[in-house]
Amino acid sequence: MTIETSIAEQPPTTTTQRAAVAQLQRRPNARQLAIAVVCLGSTIAAPFLVSNFLIFQMTMVLVYTIAILGLNILTGINGQLSLGHGAFYAAGAYTAAILMDRWGIGYFWTLPAAALVCFVVGFLFGLPALRLEGVYLALATFALAVVTPQLFKLSPFENWTAGVTGITLAKPDAPFGLPLDQDQWLYLFTLAMTIAAYVCAHNLIARRGGRALMAIRDNPIAAQSMGVNTALYKSLAFGISALYTGVAGALGAIVLQFVAPDSFTFSLSIALLVGLVVGGVGWLPGALFGGAFVLFVPNLAESVSKGLSGAVYGLVLITLMYVMPSGVGGLLRATRAFASKRYD
Amino acid sequence: MSARAADTEPQLSVRDVAVRFGGILALDGVRFDLHRGQILGLIGPNGAGKTTLFNCLSRLYTPASGDIVYEGGSILSSPSHRMPVIGIGRTFQNVSLFRRLSVRDNIRVGAHSTSASDLFSESLALPWVRRQETRIDLVVAELIDYLDLADVADVPVNGLPFGTQKRVELARALAIKPGLLLLDEPAGGLNHEEVVELGRLIRQIRDERGVTVLLVEHHMGLVMSVSDKIVVLNFGRKIAEGAPPEVQSNPDVVAAYLGGSTR
Repeated sequence: MTIETSIAEQPPTTTTQRAAVAQLQRRPNARQLAIAVVCLGSTIAAPFLVSNFLIFQMTMVLVYTIAILGLNILTGINGQLSLGHGAFYAAGAYTAAILMDRWGIGYFWTLPAAALVCFVVGFLFGLPALRLEGVYLALATFALAVVTPQLFKLSPFENWTAGVTGITLAKPDAPFGLPLDQDQWLYLFTLAMTIAAYVCAHNLIARRGGRALMAIRDNPIAAQSMGVNTALYKSLAFGISALYTGVAGALGAIVLQFVAPDSFTFSLSIALLVGLVVGGVGWLPGALFGGAFVLFVPNLAESVSKGLSGAVYGLVLITLMYVMPSGVGGLLRATRAFASKRYD
Repeated sequence: MSARAADTEPQLSVRDVAVRFGGILALDGVRFDLHRGQILGLIGPNGAGKTTLFNCLSRLYTPASGDIVYEGGSILSSPSHRMPVIGIGRTFQNVSLFRRLSVRDNIRVGAHSTSASDLFSESLALPWVRRQETRIDLVVAELIDYLDLADVADVPVNGLPFGTQKRVELARALAIKPGLLLLDEPAGGLNHEEVVELGRLIRQIRDERGVTVLLVEHHMGLVMSVSDKIVVLNFGRKIAEGAPPEVQSNPDVVAAYLGGSTR
């Protein structure tokens, strides 16, 4: 991601300052650029090379990637544990579904709406959560995850939510007469949203607010003494995190063309947390690996043994955690450290 | 320093501060003034109330009675995260850094209160956010130079030697651009050479940056050599105040440190 700091406004005066600024300009090097171009190229080309079912699966991987990105901002960056992010995912999904189903709003416009709704819900949930830490916060978010699907079943809301039956949506066509089928278009649309979400998260953590979030994670008292309003930032972390996960939920609803309360049980929250840990807590690109794990490993387990799929899933998870205790991110860091020790 | 101090109002005024923990009176009507550009050493035996007073000054505790006035205004109405904005920076007794962040990022957090932003503009990396980051980076680069941290600037603070971590903490506190710097046992855990160097550094910071310093310290050599004025606490009360030689010869102070009856 190109993040260069403009220095036009305040020309550095001394040579040391100029050197410092040059060093601090966060330009990616040639190798990083090459990797980015290859990755981007192959992800854009992918939907034209594989089956529609695989395209659909890859789209869902991207949806979970955004959701895990959101959880990472809260848990990995700000240090607040959430067992209830499925609730924000559900809130985003229902916001999108109701807007499309009841008011005929275009699917694209449901994303900012879901973002706003989930930011507000997350921020408001974050306020009372300020008093809770560690396992107590985990319990509160657990309660949120358990309560939310029940809420969508309640009869007063049935006019909008259609109760247990859920809402079925239409599959969007590619716009502007683009020669893409619906699955290809949904994939590319979701890919664009994923990249946008990633760039935003990446921008955030490299700047003042992101540093404040990490400072709170590492040492709340010191952060407070450095002028960080810890209460505000912790609530904001909840809001932003819910925003990402809510947008993922909205995209998920559009991709699946269906929402129902039972799609958003507690196991979804746990799946997102597992994805976060597998990818690497606090490492943003880990979300992609986490998303792939969430989608593919249960299917894989199912294909190995129908009866024992849960056991296979557990075995895969235990093995992964044993081989890479700090997720894919930790494994990559360890490999790099090993390689540089060996060949330098 | 007294000549400079005499013609102005005190920068910091601690007025009859009392703090109670349950039935224990941790501070009992402590009062003293600190003038701009002074270095004040706050000493006393263990449990005398030094850290309690320190935590009142950074607003982690609120006194039961009394007032603390900084630059003419009471600080007691502001929460602790406003202290850097008011101009009061601090370090911690046992280094409290952001352990997973680099030295540079730790110091950048120190500049938090000198800047403003919102998470949305930052996510979009708007031009004004980038300009502000550059401004912060220049301040941080200067402090990295000033405290000789260039070699470790981009290393996580976690594995650094204790002495280096203390310098990072000092740099972080200076990034606040404080008018008053509170140092909580800066010499703790340092070897003899590092303590000598620290004393030189504290005076240098005062002289070159015009920062007033309030120092809580057990290391008598350091306190006596750098302080313009000493305040001695014992059992929550101030038992002596004055220039280092006066305090050293004060019989109450000697008794407090060596034991025995005060009278």
